[in-house]
Amino acid sequence: MHSSAPVIAFKAVSKHFDDFQVLKDINLEVGAGERIVICGPSGSGKSTLIRCINGLETYGAGDLRVNDLRVEAANLTAVRRRVGMVFQQFNLFPHLTVLDNLMLGPIRGRGMGQGEARAIALRYLERVRIPEQAEKYPRQLSGGQQQRVAIARSLCMEPQIMLFDEPTSALDPEMITEVLDVMAELAQTGMTMIVVTHEMGFARRVADRMVFMDYGEIVEVAPPETFFTAPKSQRAQDFLQKILNH
Amino acid sequence: MMTMPLCVWPRHAAMRWMIGLTAFLALSGCGANWGWYVVNPATASGYANLKFMLSGLVYTIQLSATAIAISVVVGLLVALPGLSGNIWARRASRTYVEVVRAVPILVLILWVYYGLPQVTGWTIGVFWAGVIALALSDSAFQAEIFRAGIQSIARGQYEAAYSVSLGYRDTMRYVILPQAIRRILPALGNQLVYMLKMSSLVSVIGMQELTRKANELVVSEYRPLEIYTILVLEYLVLILIVSAGVRWLERRLRVDERS
Ligand SMILES: Nc1ncnc2c1ncn2[C@@H]1O[C@H](COP(=O)(O)OP(=O)(O)OP(=O)(O)O)[C@@H](O)[C@H]1O
Ligand SMILES: [Mg+2]
Repeated sequence: MHSSAPVIAFKAVSKHFDDFQVLKDINLEVGAGERIVICGPSGSGKSTLIRCINGLETYGAGDLRVNDLRVEAANLTAVRRRVGMVFQQFNLFPHLTVLDNLMLGPIRGRGMGQGEARAIALRYLERVRIPEQAEKYPRQLSGGQQQRVAIARSLCMEPQIMLFDEPTSALDPEMITEVLDVMAELAQTGMTMIVVTHEMGFARRVADRMVFMDYGEIVEVAPPETFFTAPKSQRAQDFLQKILNH
Repeated sequence: MMTMPLCVWPRHAAMRWMIGLTAFLALSGCGANWGWYVVNPATASGYANLKFMLSGLVYTIQLSATAIAISVVVGLLVALPGLSGNIWARRASRTYVEVVRAVPILVLILWVYYGLPQVTGWTIGVFWAGVIALALSDSAFQAEIFRAGIQSIARGQYEAAYSVSLGYRDTMRYVILPQAIRRILPALGNQLVYMLKMSSLVSVIGMQELTRKANELVVSEYRPLEIYTILVLEYLVLILIVSAGVRWLERRLRVDERS
């Protein structure tokens, strides 16, 4: 499918929290520009898996690489330069204006000057369609707007890969679409994306591959057409039954 | 912006008490047992005495301000290792806090002034002995305040900062501490008030601050009631002004994030 070398490669990655195994022998390669949607029951290890990619979690055994750079303490800053992340709870910096939220990474993480950082911040604020909110503080924005600011904040780092951990789960229903639309647009620009979500409509539209996890394992990897119509494993069938019947 | 109402009768309870007390003292000055002449600014000697007492103010302020500035920095430097993943760093921080908190301030002042020069061979003047003792003592409390404040910041803030490629230092400096300091400002204000009060203890080693001046005047005039009453008022006014300043700062920082 993707001929070039993978931009993310999990090889036999495992992780324990004390004697509880959260990740079991994870093998996954993600190609440049590929869009992966990860789903699975609560507690199956989805968050832990994607948080390993930018080193917010450490892994115990195996090998995880981003562009041939092994994800480990010594490489974290370099890895994080290439990987952006959007959180369920937005995690905007409440004491900074929207513009300063966006400029902090470029200035302190990429070493840009004020002017350049400002230009890039305004550009991505435009991209998520809220340029008029630049001078406001996060708490003055709606949840949907806050999440779009958070997406723009990550994009200001001009990452190669974007990770999304349930980006719409904390949103009121009427705000989910505006965030998913921004993400779908981003997918069209060729960004490599890994999205943990239960928004199956979005997954069908955007995903190249679905990854289904259960009990810390990757149970099934399939293109969305196959995954939604003819899931192979019993566990995926049960899971889909549950979420699609709601 | 809010306009200040021009009211004569202050809303603040302590301010009312103070006005009441002053009025009471002024009126009772007519009574036979009171010797207000000793600080009556209308007479030459009373005026000189008042001036003498007030001349301690600048030292009280200098001493407290210098000490708190140092103790905030030391407190932060003690708090940060206390929050690290390294158990030895945490233990060192913990030990510092426990040990320093266990020593009474007065004892620390005496030890720094009389003991420390013998240990180190430096000569330490009363001012710096006072500053060191107060700052040392307060730094343990500051460390606890910082620790609680930093711990109150959600983990997601670190994660967001790290994910835009900030290192530990930039994360603390631009993301965590600015938020923590807003939260601990009331506690820092309390410490400043506490410091102003504790600075009176430095009078024992001869620091010419408010309390020392009052003591000296009592010795020469033998009017302890009136002189110490003035001393009480001096501290009261000073501390009310400082508290008002801290509240103003808190309001300003809050406005920053809202409106
Ligand atoms: N710091 C931790 N210490 C111990 N156990 C943890 C820790 N973090 C996560 N876990 C456990 O690891 C498992 C996987 O957690 P994870 O958050 O990755 O699941 P998830 O698939 O993202 O679930 P959800 O859909 O609820 O977000 C859960 O059982 C969770 O309780
Ligand atoms: Mg999760």
